[in-house]
Amino acid sequence: MGIRFILMVNKQGQTRLAQYYEYLTIEERRALEGEIVRKCLARTEQQCSFVEHRNYKIVYRRYASLFFLVGVDNEENELAILEFIHLLVETMDRHFGNVCELDIMFHLEKAHFMLEEMVMNGCIVETSKSNILGPIQLLEKAS
Amino acid sequence: MALSGMRGLSVFISDVRNCQNKEQERLRVDKELGNIRTRFKNEKGLTPYEKKKYVWKMLYIYMLGYDVDFGHMEAVSLISAPKYPEKQVGYIVTSCLLNENHDFLRLAINTVRNDIIGRNETFQCLALTLVGNIGGREFAESLAPDVQKLLLSSSCRPLVRKKAALCLLRLFRKNPDVVNVDGWSDQMAQLLDERDLGVLTSSMSLLVALVSNNHDTYWSCLPKCVKILERLARNQDIPQEYTYYGIPSPWLQVKTMRALQYFPTVEDPNTRRSLFEVLQRILMGTDVVKNVNKNNASHAVLFEALALVMHLDAEKEMMSQCVALLGKFIAVREPNIRYLGLENMTRMLMVTDVQDIIKRHQAQIITSLKDPDISIRRRALDLLYGMCDVSNAKDIVEELLQYLSSADFAMREELSLKIAILSEKFAPDLSWYVDVILQLIDKAGDFVSDDIWFRVVQFVTNNEDLQPYAALKAREYLDKPAVHETMVKVSAYILGEYSHLLARRPGCNPKEIFSVMHEKLPSVSTPTVSILLSSYAKILMHTQPPDPELQSQIWAIFNKYGSCIDVELQQRAVEYIELSRKGAALMDILAEMPKFPERQSALIKKAENSEADTAEQSAMKLRAQQQNSNALVVTDQHPANGPSTVSQLSLVKVPAMSNVDGESPDPAVTEANGTLTVVDPPFEDLLGPMAIEGPPSATAEAEHIQASGLAGVPNAGEALAIAPVEDQMNTVQPIGNIAERFHALCLKDSGVLYEDPYIQIGIKAEWRAPHGRLVLFLGNKNTSPLVSVQALILPPAHLKLELSLVPETIPPRAQVQCPLEVVNLRPSRDVAVLDFSYKFSSHAVNVKLRLPALLNKFLQPIQVSGEEFFPQWRSLSGPPLKLQEVVRGVRPMPLLEMANLFNSYRLMVCPGLDPNPNNLVASTTFYSESTRAMLCLLRVETDPADRTQLRMTVASGDPTLTFELKEFIKEQLVSIPLVARPPAPVPPQPQPTIPPSPSATSDPGALLAGLL
Repeated sequence: MGIRFILMVNKQGQTRLAQYYEYLTIEERRALEGEIVRKCLARTEQQCSFVEHRNYKIVYRRYASLFFLVGVDNEENELAILEFIHLLVETMDRHFGNVCELDIMFHLEKAHFMLEEMVMNGCIVETSKSNILGPIQLLEKAS
Repeated sequence: MALSGMRGLSVFISDVRNCQNKEQERLRVDKELGNIRTRFKNEKGLTPYEKKKYVWKMLYIYMLGYDVDFGHMEAVSLISAPKYPEKQVGYIVTSCLLNENHDFLRLAINTVRNDIIGRNETFQCLALTLVGNIGGREFAESLAPDVQKLLLSSSCRPLVRKKAALCLLRLFRKNPDVVNVDGWSDQMAQLLDERDLGVLTSSMSLLVALVSNNHDTYWSCLPKCVKILERLARNQDIPQEYTYYGIPSPWLQVKTMRALQYFPTVEDPNTRRSLFEVLQRILMGTDVVKNVNKNNASHAVLFEALALVMHLDAEKEMMSQCVALLGKFIAVREPNIRYLGLENMTRMLMVTDVQDIIKRHQAQIITSLKDPDISIRRRALDLLYGMCDVSNAKDIVEELLQYLSSADFAMREELSLKIAILSEKFAPDLSWYVDVILQLIDKAGDFVSDDIWFRVVQFVTNNEDLQPYAALKAREYLDKPAVHETMVKVSAYILGEYSHLLARRPGCNPKEIFSVMHEKLPSVSTPTVSILLSSYAKILMHTQPPDPELQSQIWAIFNKYGSCIDVELQQRAVEYIELSRKGAALMDILAEMPKFPERQSALIKKAENSEADTAEQSAMKLRAQQQNSNALVVTDQHPANGPSTVSQLSLVKVPAMSNVDGESPDPAVTEANGTLTVVDPPFEDLLGPMAIEGPPSATAEAEHIQASGLAGVPNAGEALAIAPVEDQMNTVQPIGNIAERFHALCLKDSGVLYEDPYIQIGIKAEWRAPHGRLVLFLGNKNTSPLVSVQALILPPAHLKLELSLVPETIPPRAQVQCPLEVVNLRPSRDVAVLDFSYKFSSHAVNVKLRLPALLNKFLQPIQVSGEEFFPQWRSLSGPPLKLQEVVRGVRPMPLLEMANLFNSYRLMVCPGLDPNPNNLVASTTFYSESTRAMLCLLRVETDPADRTQLRMTVASGDPTLTFELKEFIKEQLVSIPLVARPPAPVPPQPQPTIPPSPSATSDPGALLAGLL
């Protein structure tokens, strides 16, 4: 089914956003996030962006203090996911203007809204930034 | 204005952020949870704004990893809020916090449905997203038709339809029996004409799910996918918003190429040409650029194109282009590209015969094995493992062994297993194999499982030439300063058995051997001590003339362990003392272990099992499975039809079947059948290397009998004679279920027909009208030849079968291909049988296997329209051309599954012809020499109230065909083909004990097949 989860984690290993597309119990999530974060954060810039963990392949990218980690199954194209992460970041950037960790932290709901417009049921729905941001702008106008 | 003005939430988040440690954080979170709980208790006093705020707090706490076991109701209730901001929060938080089985979700179904069918687009989107993310069975039951309608509606805007597509995808995947996608091929094809890229992107995901389930139905989508690729990759006909760094939606391109990989081939020459043009453009036109994002995106497309070309097994030129590209990739510095180069090269090994070209990159791949990045090392290891064969095994295994010492901990176990498997599979000679495994134990003893050293013992025991060499090596390793316990085990075993072969060498007299072994005793665990004790007894026995000094030394040890607290050791010690007092009788009991029966390597079996994956069916995987099944583990470069050893096996004439009649309950057949299913003979264990290790009770017990028997009966040594040599017929166990394999092959055209520890018979078939060409792949899995190989075809009267020469001998580790030509003379559902036999050491194996040349293989699915169907149906007015029957005892299945079943038997279900949704109409063309091409029509009327019965009407222009086809379909519906029938007890009268096939006729061919 493609994307299994999307995580945003800072350098200290604190989760800033977690969206799962398959059900895991809270204990399973904690364990999984811990293992993945330990593995990925230890890697250097010269190493590749893919890490194999359990049945997942983690495609990750680092932006300043924040790591974006996407867990996929064997049915995904790794580079396409890697660029999808960048698309997500660019989209957030367009909305927040120079997005940083704090934006995501204090606007958790907006980050969720954006993600929801981009990914559904583990599949990519939309890749046009203006289409993705449409509903949020609508909401802001309403409030 | 943080968080749309939810100040309390911002304060809470800052508080958590400012916590110095986890404990403080927990306290703060607990306090907040308490606060939310009290507020929710008095729900009346909450404004929608407050509710929204608390629900977000819950989500935040949940994200931090704390369980939130209350407040779900409040989240769900926000879904029915009238205003967008509250509703949205309700939807999003609910889909994050709850899963599809949560009870509260049920409460929301009505609201969700109202939102979906309502007029408010934004509400529709929210509702579709929730269902798409966590919708379960009840949602599928109540919403699927509405969602389908939205997806196809022309009045609906793209923003709703793209969500409907993925929502439907979830409902279909979770509940394929509920969501009716019969006849969706047209709608799907229509969806692919969509201009909006969002709708197209999600529809493509939907298509992938549908074709991965059943590609046959969606052929009409294939040219559309190619059109989309052309539109994107060639014409770049796409809104600016959807180009990413100048590349037209790389995600849609990738997805489209993924969908194409689920179709086995592209048959239409025009479509094929267009597709290859696009692929060629991608392969040639992708350059390395400076911008990272652009580079990644274009390479994402390129790698997918490579995968598609590999899948299509395209023209040679294009394939070598791909290998060249991959060769370039695995040498670049950019780690992502290198990783993917290695990964895709490994895939390439599976799909095509390009091993030789890939081998040229061996040195480069070995360099990657030493890369600082573990992800890349893993890929390199996998690739080396996959590309290893007899020709390069020495190099690769030695490279892996060298790497083992420096490999990180996480990889050592896998690496050890791979070394063990490769050295066993591809050993150019057995002494090399022994060397490798001993080195392996020496370097990574902790990661060498018992299976691995058991296997060495088996090989050494079975090959006399190897014994002195192995003993010498074992002796050398024991001299090393630090010896791993596994090394002690294997050395002690080998030296116990074979050290007498070394007697004349310096340092190898019994005393010296004993003392070097005995040095290790204080530092090893109990199971190893028990092996040592056995070895001492053996050394004692081999020391002729007896050496009194050695004897007293060893007896002293036995005496000491005679009162050991460990029962196993105590028993061994007592028995060995008792035995050694028997003098000459000792010789018989402690004689060398007999040869082991050849069996499949436990290691390789384990490796095969671990490859079985529970993940979804992927095109690549499906292909790989097919590939595995028709290609053996190893193929030597032996000519397919060995020139000298070929025995002329003439085509078996059709014996008019009548002479078989008298012997149809053939005792040999039933016997074969009976013994084949017998469980392991009880002595099997004694033969296993476990026998010396002790613990399993069977062994201990057997030894016990041995010892006590000895005490009583003077010549019991002979009576026990350790183990009966297995020379009876068919004590060889087939691997896997023969009936299951046959049934699988009825539906597909390649796979394994039969397998046992020595041989694997694969089959690959091509069918064209009444003709068929099957190739039998006979693969010898051993290091010794299989002899007296015989294959006889027992054809039913309606098939003409011609089997080419089958060589009498199959050389070690070689695979032989034997083509079999089939012509279908007339309709019949009888089954051809292959009577196959061979000998291996003392085993004579004879099996009778049904060949998957069934009636359905001569069918060609054909889609007919209403205008064609009804006149035909009416013109075939009644018996014998049109037969109707009420079938009872049908295996209950949903309609969709039944339609899939028909499709898989090449009866094409034509949706929409029958107005009643509970009925299925299907059509197909049957080919045989007597009937030529003949259209067959089928109608099945099911009873939704009782799925175990249905009415079936079959019509064709030939009475026999009508009857046979009807019976054939009935058999598929009634029997449960996957459950193997228990072997029938030898029946004096065949009729009553025939398996309950509804079609039991007196045809001997059918009977024979039934018995199998």
